[in-house]
Amino acid sequence: MGQKNMGNTYMSGRGRIRAVETAAQIIFTVCAFFAVIAVASITLYMIANGVPAFFKVGVREILFSSVWKPTAAEPSFGILYIILTSVVGTAMAILIGVPIGLLTAVFLAEVAPRRLAAIVRPAVELLAGIPSVIYGLLGIMLLNPIMYKWEQRLFRGSETHQFTGGANLLSAVLVLAIMILPTVINISESSLKALPPQLKASSLALGASHVQTIFQVMIPAAKPGIITAIVLGVGRAVGEAMAISLVSGSSVNFPLPFSSVRFLTTAIVSEMGYASGLHRQVLFTIGLVLFAFIMIVNVLLNGILKKGDTEYD
Amino acid sequence: MKKNNVTKMLAAAGLAVCMLGSLTGCGGSGQGTSAQSIQQAVKQENEAAKAETGEREENGEESSEGAADLSGTITMAGSTSMEKFANALAESFMAKYPGVTVTAEFTGSSAGIEAVLAGSVDIGNSSRSLKEEEKASGAVENIVAIDGIAVVTDPANAVTALTTEQLQDIYTGKVKNWSEVGGEDGAIVVVGREAGSGTRDAFEELLAIQDRCAYANELDSTGAVMAKVAATPGAIGYVSLDVLDDTVQTIALDDVEPTEENIKAGSYLLSRPFVMATNGEAAKQSEAVQAMFDYLKSEEGQDLIKAVGLIIPD
Repeated sequence: MGQKNMGNTYMSGRGRIRAVETAAQIIFTVCAFFAVIAVASITLYMIANGVPAFFKVGVREILFSSVWKPTAAEPSFGILYIILTSVVGTAMAILIGVPIGLLTAVFLAEVAPRRLAAIVRPAVELLAGIPSVIYGLLGIMLLNPIMYKWEQRLFRGSETHQFTGGANLLSAVLVLAIMILPTVINISESSLKALPPQLKASSLALGASHVQTIFQVMIPAAKPGIITAIVLGVGRAVGEAMAISLVSGSSVNFPLPFSSVRFLTTAIVSEMGYASGLHRQVLFTIGLVLFAFIMIVNVLLNGILKKGDTEYD
Repeated sequence: MKKNNVTKMLAAAGLAVCMLGSLTGCGGSGQGTSAQSIQQAVKQENEAAKAETGEREENGEESSEGAADLSGTITMAGSTSMEKFANALAESFMAKYPGVTVTAEFTGSSAGIEAVLAGSVDIGNSSRSLKEEEKASGAVENIVAIDGIAVVTDPANAVTALTTEQLQDIYTGKVKNWSEVGGEDGAIVVVGREAGSGTRDAFEELLAIQDRCAYANELDSTGAVMAKVAATPGAIGYVSLDVLDDTVQTIALDDVEPTEENIKAGSYLLSRPFVMATNGEAAKQSEAVQAMFDYLKSEEGQDLIKAVGLIIPD
């Protein structure tokens, strides 16, 4: 009797396992498609809402004019300076953030004594968890006053400079550089750690110093991971709105370090509230431009930088 | 790896095509959400007030009994600056009188008055006083609210009064240093609101500097302007009168302080009436239109006016 029972439970157990397997597979597939459907529908929605204004205003008037006066008697919807600001701002944030992030990752993965790493790593993780609006508030309270002092010193007696009270491109860039740090650090560190140990061992065995090994063997070998880190960092920097809308001044100007500037994201955020008619449609167009911008950056960085990948086994 | 990417792209493209079908009719929704939230705030206030006194509740019931009978349509056209106010009014009025349909178009003050005189709408919204010739042709000026704007600086600023001309020069970028307008040496940081804001619209219109302003900061809320001005030495900004507090210093314009009394007396420049013009006296209009004017004078209506940041006229 005992045996029979055991047999029964064994059978039903197998059946249950099979059912669970099938169910799980269906759930996985549905989840996977969910993301794809989301991307596809967002793309379509952005195109459907962003394109009409291109026809009404004209592609050249929107993309290559620098005059943004959406509510004037004769409105002008040029977003050239806004696009340039996003390009320049993101590039500067990457130039500042990526070297710092990469070196921090090297420190954590290779150099740091275990105890010190145990302090730095949680700090980086905490940095990743801080909401962007907090960065913005700190930017207003700490960064802007410092920038204002510099501005007053640099442009004393200037006839042409428009004083911004410290809300400028540089503040936004610094905030963005800090915000992309956790992404760059975490992904770079894991890609460094994932390298096969024999790479490092053989380099050291050939007589290279530790630092030589890091810069000439390990970082080149971890390049795909580091590029992923940069791509995600660019994505975060381009897409950030809240923090920089608080510190950048939000006037449409050519992106100079001490000018008040408006990014693609903040252009949408700041005027969506009361915009109507064509003005509102152009804001959707800015969204489409932003969307296309991120897509292009992704494709370019992935395509160009990852060329010549080699596998290490 | 390349092959993988190609298959991925193909899959995405295929799905995109599939999605086309399900995506028809994605029109622009979400307009007037701010008006909705204001209306909600007013409603909540009213409910709280009702809860306080049973007496008023009875009144409310009475009027809502009358409301059930009232039906018809009210058409409004006019000032774009009054959009927020008119939408909030239309929504809360329709919520109270479900039988009445209120539509509002925003074509500009003069066009609104023309339309009401031509008889194509019931109410012409105007964010300026009516001209003599408009009154002569039969338009009646019903001032329902007053929009007031205060000019503010950081609390340490030595300048406490400006002339209209000085203010125009500051906002158009002609004057860049406080010493040029009688203050201490220091750069002027020009703070304003984003394009589309009613406050910006009114400010620029009343100073006759539309689209000529050189802002160093274009902030998207009154609160942000207050915070920026309060924290930045040398900053100047403008806000609705109802949000003033001690963190900023107000500027007297042509020696007139921005107070409710001065605005009601008409001596302060940066204010304008919100007029709901009718063709002939308000009392001679349709029942629905009269109900709307009564509604604006009721406690509910006055709360609504305050909720959109306006001053109640005497």
